[in-house]
Amino acid sequence: MSEVANARFKPGDRVRIGDHNPPGHRRVPVYARGREGTIERICGAFPNPEELAYGFDGLPKRTLYRVRIRQADIWPQYKGNPKDILELEIYEHWLEPA
Amino acid sequence: MHDGHDDHDHHHGHGHNHPHDPIEVPDGAGHYELMVHAIKELLIEKGVISADDIRKTLEFMDTRTPALGAKVVAKAWTDPAFKKRLMEDGTKAVAELGIPMGDAELIVVENTKDTHNVVVCTLCSCYPRTVLGLPPDWYKSRNYRSRVVVEPRAVLKEFGTTVPDDVTVRVHDSNADMRYLVLPMRPPGTEGWSEERLAGLVTRDCMVGVAVPKAEKVPA
Repeated sequence: MSEVANARFKPGDRVRIGDHNPPGHRRVPVYARGREGTIERICGAFPNPEELAYGFDGLPKRTLYRVRIRQADIWPQYKGNPKDILELEIYEHWLEPA
Repeated sequence: MHDGHDDHDHHHGHGHNHPHDPIEVPDGAGHYELMVHAIKELLIEKGVISADDIRKTLEFMDTRTPALGAKVVAKAWTDPAFKKRLMEDGTKAVAELGIPMGDAELIVVENTKDTHNVVVCTLCSCYPRTVLGLPPDWYKSRNYRSRVVVEPRAVLKEFGTTVPDDVTVRVHDSNADMRYLVLPMRPPGTEGWSEERLAGLVTRDCMVGVAVPKAEKVPA
């Protein structure tokens, strides 16, 4: 995994995923927008896919995190163990402290 | 089929029922097929990639099968030091076995008696192709992609996998630059088995997380 200098968040931090709907190529599934979770790990730094999609170089690289969210916090009607979780990858510019 | 067809005169399409519609192969390519050809030709024309690059990539993909992933899993079951490296950095560990990850990174997630992992890509069809080959059609289906995040237990049940209520289901949405491989639990009754024999238990579905390996299915 690529090393990350200056990562804004660390594993265990509580974060909120941005709740906005900008046009264009985005990698944040709508179901996760506005949800709160915990940083599970730092994945590394990668060229920004939102720029790459339009032929730019995607630099500077953005830090990518895995965010763990309780299923019950995504789907109010969730059936199953209350400990069930979902994890997904979110770029730093979509995250704010919760 | 010809009972009661006394007047069958071989001019089809009237007067009697066919058991099926005629099989037709549509002429010409569809929209997306044409787009693929157009983009391919443009990329070659502009020198971004060559026809040889495309052929080589297809040849390489033809060599990718779930047997590679099964080898990774069986080694992790029998070699604790390898398993440790695999969990710490999947990309590096599979490279030891000659499996490249290309542009993506591999994260290995381990099933335990407390946690069952299952992988999906809700945005498209991201899949650890260099480790498992091409994804099955159901993995790319809207049905699987939209439902496994909302009701994973119901979807798993449809695959014949019942996760006990007290086991946490952990869904992984492969929505950006990581690829995921599930490391299943080694089935009981496989003590002393060779790595090769163990690998025979590990199916593609076990490594996506919609199934779990079972020892009794494989003859000794």
